Amino acid sequence: MKIDLTETTSSKINKALVQGRRAIGSPAIGMVLTLVVVTDEENAYDALRAASDASREHPSRLLVVVKRPSRSPRDRANARLDAEVRVGEDAGIGETVVLRLYGEVIDHAQSVVLPLLLADAPVVVWWPVNAPANPAKDPLGSLAQRRVTDSYATEGPVEELRKRAAVYTPGDTDLAWSRITPWRSMLAAALDQVTCDVTSVEVEGEEENPSCELLAMWLAERLGVPVRRAVSKGPGLTAVRMETTCGPVSIDRANGSLATLSIEGQPDRAVALNRRDTAELIAEELRRLDPDETYAATLHFGVDRLHESDGEGAGGAKGAEPAAKKAPAKKAAAK
Amino acid sequence: MSAHHGANPLRDAADRRLPRIAGPSGLVIFGVTGDLSRKKLMPAVYDLANRGLLPPGFSLVGFARRDWEDEDFAQVVHDAVKEHSRTAFREEVWQQLSQGMRFVQGTFDDDQAFDTLKSTIQDLDKSQGTGGNFAFYLSVPPKFFPKVVQQLKKHGLADQREGSWRRAVIEKPFGHDLKSAQELNAVVHEVFPPHEVFRIDHYLGKETVQNILALRFANTLFEPIWNRSYVDHVQITMAEDIGIGGRAGYYDGIGAARDVIQNHLLQLLALTAMEEPASFDADALVAEKTKVLGAVRLPKDLAAHTVRGQYAAGWQGGEKAVGYLEEDGIDPKSKTDTFAAVKLEIENRRWAGVPFYLRTGKRLGRRVTEIAVVFQRAPHSPFDHTATEELGQNALVIRVQPDEGVTLRFGSKVPGTSMEVRDVSMDFQYGESFTESSPEAYERLILDVLLGDANLFPRTEEVELSWKILDPVETYWDKHGKPAQYESGTWGPVEADEMLARDGRSWRRP
Repeated sequence: MKIDLTETTSSKINKALVQGRRAIGSPAIGMVLTLVVVTDEENAYDALRAASDASREHPSRLLVVVKRPSRSPRDRANARLDAEVRVGEDAGIGETVVLRLYGEVIDHAQSVVLPLLLADAPVVVWWPVNAPANPAKDPLGSLAQRRVTDSYATEGPVEELRKRAAVYTPGDTDLAWSRITPWRSMLAAALDQVTCDVTSVEVEGEEENPSCELLAMWLAERLGVPVRRAVSKGPGLTAVRMETTCGPVSIDRANGSLATLSIEGQPDRAVALNRRDTAELIAEELRRLDPDETYAATLHFGVDRLHESDGEGAGGAKGAEPAAKKAPAKKAAAK
Repeated sequence: MSAHHGANPLRDAADRRLPRIAGPSGLVIFGVTGDLSRKKLMPAVYDLANRGLLPPGFSLVGFARRDWEDEDFAQVVHDAVKEHSRTAFREEVWQQLSQGMRFVQGTFDDDQAFDTLKSTIQDLDKSQGTGGNFAFYLSVPPKFFPKVVQQLKKHGLADQREGSWRRAVIEKPFGHDLKSAQELNAVVHEVFPPHEVFRIDHYLGKETVQNILALRFANTLFEPIWNRSYVDHVQITMAEDIGIGGRAGYYDGIGAARDVIQNHLLQLLALTAMEEPASFDADALVAEKTKVLGAVRLPKDLAAHTVRGQYAAGWQGGEKAVGYLEEDGIDPKSKTDTFAAVKLEIENRRWAGVPFYLRTGKRLGRRVTEIAVVFQRAPHSPFDHTATEELGQNALVIRVQPDEGVTLRFGSKVPGTSMEVRDVSMDFQYGESFTESSPEAYERLILDVLLGDANLFPRTEEVELSWKILDPVETYWDKHGKPAQYESGTWGPVEADEMLARDGRSWRRP
């Protein structure tokens, strides 16, 4: 059921939620978290759909904060809050409130969101686009345990990675990082099959796709060997080639779904590496809400060490201090 | 510096996104044309692959009498997966999986077939990189176990080379009494070392069963009252609404107690009653489970505290059902129990004097499995009798299936001007708080076999202890009387109700 409220307040929205729940006959709720989606009108529909799909795995209260641009000084002075409350059938599993903010209240979105958070349950904020420069310091971001941004949806993804590294706070995460979990998992599985040492790596993928950089940084950080970033037409990541002491090990994915795993001395094998949709990524993000130390270590490895590399840079620095592998994560935690 | 040998540098315990993925390996299924294999095992393998939990090159080998080629086998798996898998069918996952599918045709006494199996496995090691790691799933009637394991031994299929493993997976029944269970264990252990034998009790793969441990040992709320000072008694029920279906050959002579109480219900009892394990590894768990199973005592008067029954004709959920003795393939004079209830006591400090009532049956009211911990009444009530007339005993109910969850029943004031206290329940439902579709038990168990994680598999000692508990009951039943008849679609024979009434208690209606 849907309840539309215009020029409303958080307390009226709370009343509407209770009313909606009573109307559909299920006053008890088992929601496990509050997911706040901060977006503009243009991206609201897709984001809401992805988040509702993800709510099938993680029943949640979904708060979609839509900031409406003001077109005149009078608009800007006029604060207004409209809300659309959805429960039952219309809200996936859980409850959804779409909040539309006009005028001055845009700068005080946290005052609208705070009363609507579920008691005692974790809060996740997701910015599908236009993430703040420092998510942890953002008024909405500071309410959350987990702050999800997407460096893929920015003008300069590589620059974005630099910025994220500079302001990283435990709890930050990036959908560009979630996108490569299947790749990372498959690469780890590939190395399970050989007992050789990796000597160098090449990560190939489309330009301006931060997932490629993140994967390369992760490999460089974990393996401590030179990692080269090569450019292809895509889609997304297309190949990872590792040179090892017993020959090449590579995963090639030309079409975005079925990849080929080649290991020297073994026949080629097909492995499923489908590109996943946003709902699956969000569901993965919501699975664990503790800080992702591996992401932190990867991000802190530094995108610049990757590009300067072409060989020695990354490998040399890494080789000199193998014991310092955990250091970046610790530094981050101390901040 | 480059990566070390042995430890995979891309693996890190702190990296929680990477799933627990099985190492290079393959699964050989004997009796691959059976129901279990098509409805549970094949879909589970696909679902694991779809969730990215199987290694690249994972191989599935079917062994059966049918005259099939690899392609025919792949087609059968394909159909089984499409019909029964939990997750969506994806072509690229199927392609990955189908590359490693092989079929070996033969009977269990056919030496040539086992030679073919051996060369198939060697070939897969080369072509799919399975690394010599194979699990043999014996989805065959237990009378074939000795033959199959002997053949595996004879053809060197059970020999583990350095750095690789060979495992045996067997399904219940693990014997039909202590003696046969010991014989079976001897046969299997002669070929496979005990820690490489995985006994499937699919109940232990269920999320709700694993949650018993989380509920008890991760919370502070329940443990202080989880003892004889607060608990009045415990009821463990596993009810089925179906009859024996086409399983007459298997079921007759076995009966409900051997089929269900010996394994599922005693495992549930062990998890409910055991002390906190020192850690969550297989050895620590088995230590606590065997301790508590070893402390289980049967009542002295088995006539008064055990009941067996047979379903008679009746109506079950709007459908007419025939009685057990009228089922196809059942001897009309059969004394096999389709309902069994026993009272057990646990002789330790925590549970002395707290009865555990176990019951199971076919053609009962509805399909349900639950553990109900029923608490004592409040020692004193400031409310007068009329106020608490409708108040029952507090209870914590773990619903294992269906509608998985936990219910806490307690008294609450009825709104109004007079003081009246009535039972209400606080309900936690899995479907509400967690993923809509939790993995099937078989997914979890197959993955655990491939990972070599024995947490969720009953060990030899547990199986033998369970038979020690049940054997005297079966012996008594053999010598005394015959099963009580109960109408299909009810909650069992009146004798079962009388059994609890003698103790001043009654069964919950689940």
